[in-house]
Amino acid sequence: MSQIIQQLEAKRAAARLGGGQKRIDTQHSKGKLSARERIELLFDEGSFEEWDMFVEHGCEDFGMGDQRVPGDGVVTGYGTINGRPMFVFSQDFTVFGGSLSAAHAKKILKVMEKAVQVGGPVIGLNDSGGARIQEGVASLAGYADVFLQNALASGVVPQISMVMGPCAGGAVYSPAMTDFIFMVKDTSYMFVTGPDVVKTVTHETVTQEQLGGAVTHSAKSGVSDAAFENDVEALLQLRRFMDFLPLSNKEKPPVIACNDPADREDFSLDTLVPDNANKPYDMKELITKVVDEGDFFEVADLFARNIITGFARMEGQTVGIVANQPMVLAGCLDIDSSRKAARFVRFCDCFNIPIVTFVDVPGFLPGTAQEYGGIIKHGAKLLFAYAEATVPKVTVITRKAYGGAYDVMSSKHIRGDVNFAWPTAEIAVMGAKGAVEIIFRQDIGDPKKIAERTKEYEDRFANPFRAANLGFIDDVIMPHATRGRICRSLQMLKNKDQKNPWKKHDNIPL
Amino acid sequence: MFKKILIANRGEIACRVIKTCRKMGIKTVAVYSDADRSALHVEMADEAVHIGESPTAKSYLVIDRIVEACKQTGAEAVHPGYGFLSENKAFQEALAKNNIVFIGPDAEAIEAMGDKIASKKLAQKAGVSTVPGYNDIIRDVAHAKEIAGKIGYPVMMKASAGGGGKGMRIAHSESEVQEGFERAMSEAKSSFGDDRMFIEKYVDQPRHIEIQIIADRHGNTLYVGERECSIQRRHQKVIEEAPSPFLDEKTRKAMGEQAVALARAVNYVSAGTVEFIVDGNRNFYFLEMNTRLQVEHPVTELVTGLDLVELMIRVANKEKLPITQADIKLKGWALEARVYAEDPYRSFLPSTGRLVRYLPPAENKNVRVDTGVYEGGEISVFYDPMIAKLCTYGADRAEATMHMRNALDSYYVRGVSHNIPFLASLLRKKRFEEGRLTTNFIAEEYPEGFSAKDLPAKDPTLLLAIAALVHAAYQRRAAGISGQIAGHGRQVPETWTVVEGGRHHHVWVAPPSADAAGIASGTAKIGDTKVHIMTGWTFGDPLLKADVVVNNGKSEHFVVQVDRRNVGYRLSNAGAQMDVSVYTAREAELAKLMPVKVPPDMSRFLLSPMPGLLVSLAVKEGQDVKAGETLAIVEAMKMENVLKAERDGTVKKISEKAGASLAVDQVILEFA
Repeated sequence: MSQIIQQLEAKRAAARLGGGQKRIDTQHSKGKLSARERIELLFDEGSFEEWDMFVEHGCEDFGMGDQRVPGDGVVTGYGTINGRPMFVFSQDFTVFGGSLSAAHAKKILKVMEKAVQVGGPVIGLNDSGGARIQEGVASLAGYADVFLQNALASGVVPQISMVMGPCAGGAVYSPAMTDFIFMVKDTSYMFVTGPDVVKTVTHETVTQEQLGGAVTHSAKSGVSDAAFENDVEALLQLRRFMDFLPLSNKEKPPVIACNDPADREDFSLDTLVPDNANKPYDMKELITKVVDEGDFFEVADLFARNIITGFARMEGQTVGIVANQPMVLAGCLDIDSSRKAARFVRFCDCFNIPIVTFVDVPGFLPGTAQEYGGIIKHGAKLLFAYAEATVPKVTVITRKAYGGAYDVMSSKHIRGDVNFAWPTAEIAVMGAKGAVEIIFRQDIGDPKKIAERTKEYEDRFANPFRAANLGFIDDVIMPHATRGRICRSLQMLKNKDQKNPWKKHDNIPL
Repeated sequence: MFKKILIANRGEIACRVIKTCRKMGIKTVAVYSDADRSALHVEMADEAVHIGESPTAKSYLVIDRIVEACKQTGAEAVHPGYGFLSENKAFQEALAKNNIVFIGPDAEAIEAMGDKIASKKLAQKAGVSTVPGYNDIIRDVAHAKEIAGKIGYPVMMKASAGGGGKGMRIAHSESEVQEGFERAMSEAKSSFGDDRMFIEKYVDQPRHIEIQIIADRHGNTLYVGERECSIQRRHQKVIEEAPSPFLDEKTRKAMGEQAVALARAVNYVSAGTVEFIVDGNRNFYFLEMNTRLQVEHPVTELVTGLDLVELMIRVANKEKLPITQADIKLKGWALEARVYAEDPYRSFLPSTGRLVRYLPPAENKNVRVDTGVYEGGEISVFYDPMIAKLCTYGADRAEATMHMRNALDSYYVRGVSHNIPFLASLLRKKRFEEGRLTTNFIAEEYPEGFSAKDLPAKDPTLLLAIAALVHAAYQRRAAGISGQIAGHGRQVPETWTVVEGGRHHHVWVAPPSADAAGIASGTAKIGDTKVHIMTGWTFGDPLLKADVVVNNGKSEHFVVQVDRRNVGYRLSNAGAQMDVSVYTAREAELAKLMPVKVPPDMSRFLLSPMPGLLVSLAVKEGQDVKAGETLAIVEAMKMENVLKAERDGTVKKISEKAGASLAVDQVILEFA
């Protein structure tokens, strides 16, 4: 017996070292933590239960028969974040460069399947050189098995990818199918083909960082939802992030004790919207002054900055925030902002997270770049996402709500549950000047008449009252009372039960 | 008594005058420009009249509009505050013509004191001590040298119409007179359109001490103690106090009596201030007389218990002063610090914009805040960027200083840059504590300007303890989240590592006791130091006010500003900021492995802050620019954004032409 125990201990010790201390030191020298160190930071101390520590690959080709490392390049299992169970796979770059073998894939599938059965989020910590080339198509099959499981788990449990090293080629498609991708600056990159291939095919010279680094994907492509400074910050932020999410689609979002009074008034909001309609203001000020304790976890903060998405809490419970940002492109909707917000809204709807929308939108961005890029279909994504969402939806129009963009931004017409407007709201087909030039085309040569007509149009539409007359706005509220009114609305909507017609699935304009 | 008074001013002074009017049961009328539509003084007044566009020349300085506003509202008198029209003869005449009372001195007195040379002659005649010098216009350099020789070096050459340091030169020798005189003269010409110069003795170790006087129309002229305003930055007062730590009773009396003599000589009524320069041997010399209420009048009010605005109103109403010289006693000590929206780290460049958060310290018998702004208000580009005058009162100078430090610590301003770190640093200078002031105090104490280095290198123990206590509270709460596996909750540790500037400090936090009032109250231990903190702070509060006991010593009050930043905290105290991360032991160990990243230096480039159209460029290649100068204008969705230079430099290369479409972070130009 004692011999067996000794053997077990020796095996465990060997497994824990992965590719060996030397390779762990190399990992450290690159500014990266080892697969197990990452799990230690992610989970509550001592809560990680490891599975399949002794799994080895079954490949005999190309000398692989002599090279077996217990665990085969990925550490899997479950643990807790603030006592709530989550599943994890953490690729170990020190073992065969974290490459994916059939056995490696099976380990990942095991945690994913269990996560779906019990209802727990899956967190992937990606750090892999790609396919295990020695295994050939068996490795590709492993990827595909993971992709399939990603698709099946989607909408059942939250799936989060933290890319903490290389992630290239086919490997990118597993994170790509998860709900959120986060990256670490300077040490992670994602691309379908690397700089060498790019050079051969398109003659572009580009570094890994430029092509697919954390900043590139967080700011330019929108593939990544955040770029963190280093592994430690990334994992602590991930802990903070997970505290906002429910464990599965069967649960309500979690609640944290809250001391921030629900009826807290903030009179500085009464002066947030400037007198001049063309002057920007920072919508983030409104968000941080309305939510609990000003604590806001922004998602995709560097991408499509004309719309803000992220999580916060109201009376302790998670809400998803979507808000136009007048500071960037006047807060208009364009291809990127529509895509960004649509995906966020759908995530919230999947996981029962109420959506609070702050609207100041002058319309869709005009131009050939937008039309050729398919703004029609991309804009429709956001419209579709809001329309199909059955979670509680509370909307506050702070200033402009013009044209089709008004309809899109969680309007009453697409089942906004409670729609408020500030007294500064202007709900109209377009700005007064543009409208008058169309309606009174014959008067264009007469500036005096045009001015009169503009005034007339402004009086009629540059306020929330016309929309309120028609019941499109439930109430006109004082800015300082915004937090209280939203909190009450969310409480009222707590047991909202709304179902869409049965369907296999919808056909959102992808 | 007047039934209604119009205040021809804005900002804190308008609010301050309204307060006294309210106390006296007088209705008030505010005037405002476009930019001040929702300013505090408009809110506070019983009535408000719009008087024009935002620039002062189109609103607050337009005499006709203010007279019109008086007629429209039936205001019987006008309080001018300071600045603007407070010393303007035409304004007084216009008011007089309409039978509206001006709350201040008569036009003749204002005029007599308005000219530096004329007022000095008047002072000499009234027996007031003046700086040895030549009281007539200097003809040319030769004349200047001759006079300087007679007075004896060092001498000061000064523009007659001068102010703000313009047209002013010190000369220690004949050759320096040669060098400086004509330059000063041409400066005076270009600054004031008046190149008349005079010369006087340069006073060594100079202190700026002024006497407050008040006079009625019944022959009573009193001096109401002094204020010392030696702490100045480029001739702008920064900190004022009453009394002066330098004067003895004999000098105070002599200065007071001379001030009264001068006031009598010009038949002065209302409140006024006679400014003196005092040398290291308590020789004092008349500088000038300010014929209005001074910015720093609150310190006098705090040590005398008088309301100077009330006295001004009563005098204007032709009443007799209710007090005599014998009634005026200075009691205790008062300090005033001027809180400005300016960036002390960027050579005090004015900062404008929205006061996103504004929490002034609470007012009480030791703290007075004269302010004209509120949270959500705007510091406008059109006016003086003063946020408030923060005044404190104590039984003695040390106590007033202590209150000032605490008040500055709890002054929470976000959205605009402010000079609170600078003020906090000043208040902790040993030389300030010792009262060894001169008008060169700031220049000498901050020879290279103000920087983060100037903030007191304090023992960070208290801040570290607070960081650990706050973090532990947050972690304990997070560990109570809903949806946990029963019986497998997180054990929140008691030992934490607070990392600040790369240094790791181990802090032990005692488990919370049931009787502790406040979630962050408790005991922390750092090395051998035990810190016990009692605080009512709760999650999200920007201010943590605590009673702190270190190693069973005396309980001390301590205020820290706490800003949560993602997974760390920014703590501010004594003007200094400390960014900390609080880690568990294992987190700290692994954090040590993280590379130290040096951010790429993008400061040489002007980047477009947003996608948009480059409307115009204000500079050319090779051009030298000063910090704050406009470089380019970028328009996005019809909104114009002005991009300004953050520091002095030379434009090396312009990358984009006007009319170009810009992506976010696109380089517009490059500095050398």
